[in-house]
Amino acid sequence: MTATIEETVKTPAPAPRPARPAKARRRGESTPLVRALSHGALVIASLVALFPVLYIGFISLGPDKMDYLHPGQIFDKMTFSNYSKVLFETDFASWFLNSVIVAGGTTVFGVMVAATTGYAVSRMRFPGHRQLMWTLLVTQMFPIAVLIVPMYTILASLKLLDGYTGLIIVYSATTVPYCAWLLKGYFDTIPVEIDEAGRVDGLSPFGTFWRLIIPLARPGLAVAAFYSFLTAWAEVAFASTFLLSSGKYTLAVGLQTFVSQYESQWNLMAATSVLIALPAALVFYLVQRHLVTGLTAGAAKS
Amino acid sequence: MAVAVQGAPTKGSQDPRPGLVARVKLSYSKHWYAYAMVAPVVIVLGVLVGYPLINGFYLTLTDANSLNSARTIGVKEIPATYQFIGLHNYADILWGPGSYDRFWSHFVWTIAWTVICVTLTYSTGLALAMLMNQRLRGRSLYRLMLILPWAVPTFVTIFSWRLMLADGGVVNGLLGSLGLPEPAWLSDPLAQKAAAILVNTWVGVPFMMVSLLGGLQSIPGELYEAAEMDGATAWQQFRHITLPGLRTVSSTVVLLGVIWTFNQFAVIFLLFGNGAPDAQILVTWAYRLGFGQQPRDYAQSATYGVLLLSILIVFTSFYRRWLARNEEASR
Repeated sequence: MTATIEETVKTPAPAPRPARPAKARRRGESTPLVRALSHGALVIASLVALFPVLYIGFISLGPDKMDYLHPGQIFDKMTFSNYSKVLFETDFASWFLNSVIVAGGTTVFGVMVAATTGYAVSRMRFPGHRQLMWTLLVTQMFPIAVLIVPMYTILASLKLLDGYTGLIIVYSATTVPYCAWLLKGYFDTIPVEIDEAGRVDGLSPFGTFWRLIIPLARPGLAVAAFYSFLTAWAEVAFASTFLLSSGKYTLAVGLQTFVSQYESQWNLMAATSVLIALPAALVFYLVQRHLVTGLTAGAAKS
Repeated sequence: MAVAVQGAPTKGSQDPRPGLVARVKLSYSKHWYAYAMVAPVVIVLGVLVGYPLINGFYLTLTDANSLNSARTIGVKEIPATYQFIGLHNYADILWGPGSYDRFWSHFVWTIAWTVICVTLTYSTGLALAMLMNQRLRGRSLYRLMLILPWAVPTFVTIFSWRLMLADGGVVNGLLGSLGLPEPAWLSDPLAQKAAAILVNTWVGVPFMMVSLLGGLQSIPGELYEAAEMDGATAWQQFRHITLPGLRTVSSTVVLLGVIWTFNQFAVIFLLFGNGAPDAQILVTWAYRLGFGQQPRDYAQSATYGVLLLSILIVFTSFYRRWLARNEEASR
């Protein structure tokens, strides 16, 4: 966006794994001691990274709501009863459906809008494109506190409170700036010759974008979709403020109903957490190969 | 697709970005397309960010709260009765009675929180990225495991941390077995802050690590080879090849890290709920004023929001100027 652009005109790593040819290997092949230390550090880091996730999965197997206080006893009485209780005796199914609608809608709408913007900013020099990029960055800074009150009153007057549409629009407004930024960086790495070839073959600018660039930008789009989906899937503040009736709750809000002032059903909460994490992890697994490439393009070329 | 690439004319590739003169010559249709393509973003941002921003700014000049705002009770519509009071909210927050407890203590803690968290996530992320940038067996497995915290929704893992940090939880169990003190992570003010930083670092490292790993992989290996030939030490290589090579990625992730951490809502809100007055950063404090109490003080909450935004904008413009100057100096 600024003077930093020229510096990274060299293409970022095309793919994570074959990035470095055999030549550089000598550096990586350090002494056995260094290698052992690296493995040690990475194993510890992985344990720290995984432990909270595994821990909540483990707690979810304890049938009693106070089991988290003495996790050792869970081994003797492991059961899936929490899961069946959550799945069949709470509103989980409808919360889940609501979350899918909201997160899916945000992803589709947000990525589409962000992609066209990113492309326009990357390829076309129209008056105002600098200001647009600057605006996109500034919207990243908006604390929810400054927006949440007016958004609440706006949604209330539009009768969009307590519904999906309102949330989808609000979430898109928060994810689109970053996605557009990221995709702009990604489109920059796609050679302009491709656009020119498309133009020579008689495609309109939009046709070029849709038929040639979008298929090539799949890794970048995957990262943008991943980011939008996770943001919407995991958002708490807007959802708990804008959703009023328990039938409309998303998972993030519904989860909190298990832990109220009066009663803390930590076992049910843990089981629900696992059920929430699974789809997110699945989406994540599908895009993780593209993650390094997609993000780098965005981050390095901003 | 490959066919299209091969058949591409290479003539125009020299100058993909037309200069000012060429720009004037650009056809009307091209601009038309550009505007059509950015229109959705401009509209969405205008309606959902621009308008609320103006509206929110107006609220800061009033004494709006949930008792005098327009609202519907049953079928009865009550119109808004709040009044314009000028800059009174700003004056009250910044130097009114009790402003230290209401604003400045949170301000100091927010700055400390941002600096500490960004430093920790950046350095941890960089260290892990460098470890993973070596030729190691099981690299992709490590990467998968280390990115996992990012894949799981934050509110899920924060609840997990809440269980782990609770009195008698796993963390204190471990500390106790090592003979270390067992702080009350979720109730003691100082320990609350430490817990918040710990959890936020855990949440933020994967993003830093992945971005920096990408940056590291774009540094050509020949540079290191040449350095090794010249007998540079590992530290010299790090100082003179790795850090400069990462400069653009770093400047972006640090900026994003600062913005995101400064505005980090979920960690503190979910870790402590309404319980920890001392550990609230400005964002959660503003939310509490607007939605976490009765009557809801919309005006003060929005004023905090405007103050927060101003702090970030001032910071960002200084940061970018500083970056630009560094860029000059290193040329």
